[in-house]
Amino acid sequence: MAERERSHTRPRGAVFVPRVQVMSADDVRRAITRMAHEIAERNRGLHHVVLIGLQTGGVSIAERLARTLAEVEGADIPVGTLDVAFYRDDIGLRPVLPEAATDISVDLTGATVVLVDDVLFTGRTIRAALNALGEYGRAQAVELAVMVDRGHRELPIRPDYVGKNLPTSRDEMVDVSDAGVSLGELVGR
Amino acid sequence: MSPFPTHLLSMDDLDADGIIEVLEVADSFAEVGRRANPKVPTLRGRTVATLFFEDSTRTRMSFETAAKRMSADVLSFAAGSSSVKKGESLRDTVETIEAIGIDAVIIRHASSGVPARVAGWVDHCSVINAGDGWHQHPTQALLDLYTVRQALGGGDVGLARFEGLRVAIVGDIRHSRVARSQITAYAALGAEVTLVAPATLLPPSLEGWPVAAVGHDLDAVLATADVVSLLRVQQERGSGEFVPSLREYTAGFGLTVRRAALLRKDAVILHPGPIVRGVEIASDVAELPAALITEQVSNGVAIRMAVLFLLLGQATREGALHG
Repeated sequence: MAERERSHTRPRGAVFVPRVQVMSADDVRRAITRMAHEIAERNRGLHHVVLIGLQTGGVSIAERLARTLAEVEGADIPVGTLDVAFYRDDIGLRPVLPEAATDISVDLTGATVVLVDDVLFTGRTIRAALNALGEYGRAQAVELAVMVDRGHRELPIRPDYVGKNLPTSRDEMVDVSDAGVSLGELVGR
Repeated sequence: MSPFPTHLLSMDDLDADGIIEVLEVADSFAEVGRRANPKVPTLRGRTVATLFFEDSTRTRMSFETAAKRMSADVLSFAAGSSSVKKGESLRDTVETIEAIGIDAVIIRHASSGVPARVAGWVDHCSVINAGDGWHQHPTQALLDLYTVRQALGGGDVGLARFEGLRVAIVGDIRHSRVARSQITAYAALGAEVTLVAPATLLPPSLEGWPVAAVGHDLDAVLATADVVSLLRVQQERGSGEFVPSLREYTAGFGLTVRRAALLRKDAVILHPGPIVRGVEIASDVAELPAALITEQVSNGVAIRMAVLFLLLGQATREGALHG
């Protein structure tokens, strides 16, 4: 999982040990191209579309989606970043830390926000993100794009754009980067 | 990285990693402060009490604003209007507060060591030192570091510039809890601290203090300093009696208009407030762009949000889950 997800969910000092690569760098690139086309198809003209990457794993994916949309549609899509730490429901239960300050410079009122994250798991990060987004204006609609949907939802949340559906067991970890997607375990030290 | 401590009593409770953690978390809270609605639900259901046995404007308001912006409930205790007046002891006051179910107590007291003593009495709440006697005032030092880091470019860029940074702390070091916290904090990040004070306002011994130099010639120090941190002449602690007169103090150690002209172009001036205009700092100097006194106050809220969050939000002492 991304750095952000790691620090929220694992004891300090634990490390990710990859077991199997499930997507190559090319697979990730193709998935981003496909998701960009899907976003363009669903939001014809891409008017008022804003991409918001969740800190930190969703940020680079949001930027890549925006670059691809610029290439294929010639659209200049605003990109922001959102940190949800202060809105999580497990504060005090786990070590929760913000990763980087939120940076949303556009008013989201009336916009179609596409939230972008690397891994969709329980859905609690997205629940927190929906609450946090409200502080930046009343969006017309919020959609969700994720590179990996690993299942195990605990809330009624589903993605609109998915790079790969990946069945996992609860104690596995998913690591997403530009180099690809790996499945592995967290090992405590 | 070691876990964040349970209490914040002194700058000694934080190593360099802990300090950096506070500064980085404060960046996120500073963003909250810039929003139209600067409030987050982070500490909903937690209760914070401010227990001030000594006068304060900015520290108390800053802590209470910080707690409220994180949706904590805030109880405000002023010794002058409490059962302390009826003769209740400190220990009984603290036990009453803990029995009510408070998650954090923020204490200011004229006697050094009171917050540490209180921390030994409580079982379930965090104690934050908001200034005890001559001893410590850790959140003041943290907000100073944050303000300097911001002036040096912010983020990792600003942080890296602390290495070898020349910091002059000027004034009544002897009676200053702010100075004691600042010296530890600046030294932890690699800055070189020079103390400038009349001999009577230095502590009897500087043994073990991470100080690069001690001087009595402010003009000489100003020419090379990157940061000039002024201290208030604390009449309530008798600092006026350690100098022949306030006018003489100003002549030797006040940041006058003439002295401000000696400063390097990019040097910054800090003061923990409240400022006594015309004594440690000239009124016109306090209004210079290099004087970051109001920035310190604004940053204080973000720093105190970060400290409260790290103390209360990280509460993995009970019922910790492991993902």
